[in-house]
Amino acid sequence: MLEVSGITQIFGGVTALKDVSFVVRKGDITGVIGPNGAGKTTLFNIIAGIYTQTSGRVILNSNDVSGFPPERLAYLGMVRTFQNIELFGQMTVLENVMVGLHTKSRCGMISSALKMPWARSEEKKIRNEAMKWLDFAGIIDLADTVSANLPFGKGRLLETARALASEPSIILMDEPAAGLNSQETWQLSQLIKRIRDLGVTVVLVEHDMELVMDICDRIIVLNLGEKLAEGTPREIQENPYVIAAYLGG
Amino acid sequence: MNREIFKYLFFALVVLITPVFFQGNYLMNVLVFMGINTMLAIALNLLLGYAGQISLGHAGFFGLGAYISGVLTATYSWNPWFAMSFAAALVGISAFLVGFPVLKLKGHYLAMGTLGLGIIIYIMFNETVELTGGPSGFSGIANLSIGTLIFDSDFKNYYLIWTFVLVTVLLSLNLANSRVGRALRALHDSEVAARVMGVNARLLKVQIFALSAVICSVAGSLYAHTMTFIAPPSFGFNFSVELLTMVVIGGLGSIYGSFLGAALLTLLPEILREAKDYDIVIYGLILMLMVMFMPGGLVRGVPELFRKITGKGGGNA
Repeated sequence: MLEVSGITQIFGGVTALKDVSFVVRKGDITGVIGPNGAGKTTLFNIIAGIYTQTSGRVILNSNDVSGFPPERLAYLGMVRTFQNIELFGQMTVLENVMVGLHTKSRCGMISSALKMPWARSEEKKIRNEAMKWLDFAGIIDLADTVSANLPFGKGRLLETARALASEPSIILMDEPAAGLNSQETWQLSQLIKRIRDLGVTVVLVEHDMELVMDICDRIIVLNLGEKLAEGTPREIQENPYVIAAYLGG
Repeated sequence: MNREIFKYLFFALVVLITPVFFQGNYLMNVLVFMGINTMLAIALNLLLGYAGQISLGHAGFFGLGAYISGVLTATYSWNPWFAMSFAAALVGISAFLVGFPVLKLKGHYLAMGTLGLGIIIYIMFNETVELTGGPSGFSGIANLSIGTLIFDSDFKNYYLIWTFVLVTVLLSLNLANSRVGRALRALHDSEVAARVMGVNARLLKVQIFALSAVICSVAGSLYAHTMTFIAPPSFGFNFSVELLTMVVIGGLGSIYGSFLGAALLTLLPEILREAKDYDIVIYGLILMLMVMFMPGGLVRGVPELFRKITGKGGGNA
């Protein structure tokens, strides 16, 4: 599914990541955890095409996608969400998700301006699909709300719905529980499990240990830019290196 | 949906019957200018209000359309319609090519970049004297015509130009409410998220820049063929700023707003003529107050004002 191989990232003189490799299996929820400054977000930005790594490769469905920009990755079935949620604030909730269907539609400037019959029918399809994903995320009642007015928790659900609308094969979630209260976190964990049930592979970077241990099938632990451990939640909880890193050795 | 169609038909109706009240009046000439300004404001609004990319060089594209049309018809005796189409294509392709490096810039730097572009074009009009007549202007441009109908009076030109305006408004509305329009607005709000959703930000910005330039070029050609005389000052930096003012005063991201902005800024100087020497002061004051009290532009500010005056007890949110 997704393979990260020998990723090294050097910023100026600082090595943020050093030879990190792992494989994400299809259909799993994989968690990437680690203390602050471990390099989680850097790794995430490299996989998502925001940064270009100093060396190493990212392989998606056996294609080398190293250095691909995010818009190309979207067409290859990989999308991400953001820690501080990046919504299209002036657009409605429904319109946000409709943008999520960008890769699933193709009308260009000319056929849109002339409102050709196929543009019309495509538009209808986009709208219906988008409503379906709003329903999936449980926010269909907010469809006409301007997204800047949403509470943070709902914004998180919207961002997830928007990402799902592109029907990705893999979704990367950057600290999805950040800023959520415990009830919202629980809702989110249910949503993530339902995403997996759709057959979508999930990779998440997260601080909330309870959430990670509850929903992840596999966990990768980073510390000081290197991979410290990898395994099931139980294995990770019992790993002495991980315990030492977290409690400060 | 039906409300949108109704709004458009109402707008078209107003446009069609307005000349009845002004026939033979010098205001017809002002209304012709208003049409050209509306097209230009819409063009800039597509770029600024929707995609969030500023341009201080749009008067340049307007001028290119005017000069290409003018020179091809007057010096090389082209058919005006051909000249106009050729100008639009040439300006579109040029804007597309120039757009790639220029639109890499963001914010203030983009403003500077496009400012430079506009100034270069302006200097070109002034310096290529043997081609454009330079600072003393260029005259003898042919009127547009269809068969035996020659557009040589304000009345005829009004209908010619406002037909183009109605088409521009319709196509722009369609575009704004489409997949492409959404991608543009998405780009405006969060470029990185738009890219993650598969929007090719770089290409889309360049495309809308080129489309915007094409509309300006067509407006420029229409201007040249109706005025039959053009000179560089009409296409300078001041006019780029005036266009920007129309878009902001009218309402960013609203097609009808651009019309309102263009209408106000075209009519205001005519109305203020009564005020003699104080006109520029009052003009500035009005613009200042509008920006302060109607930050969303006329298109959002006026209905709100209306609600405040009439429906205090109505209690709407």
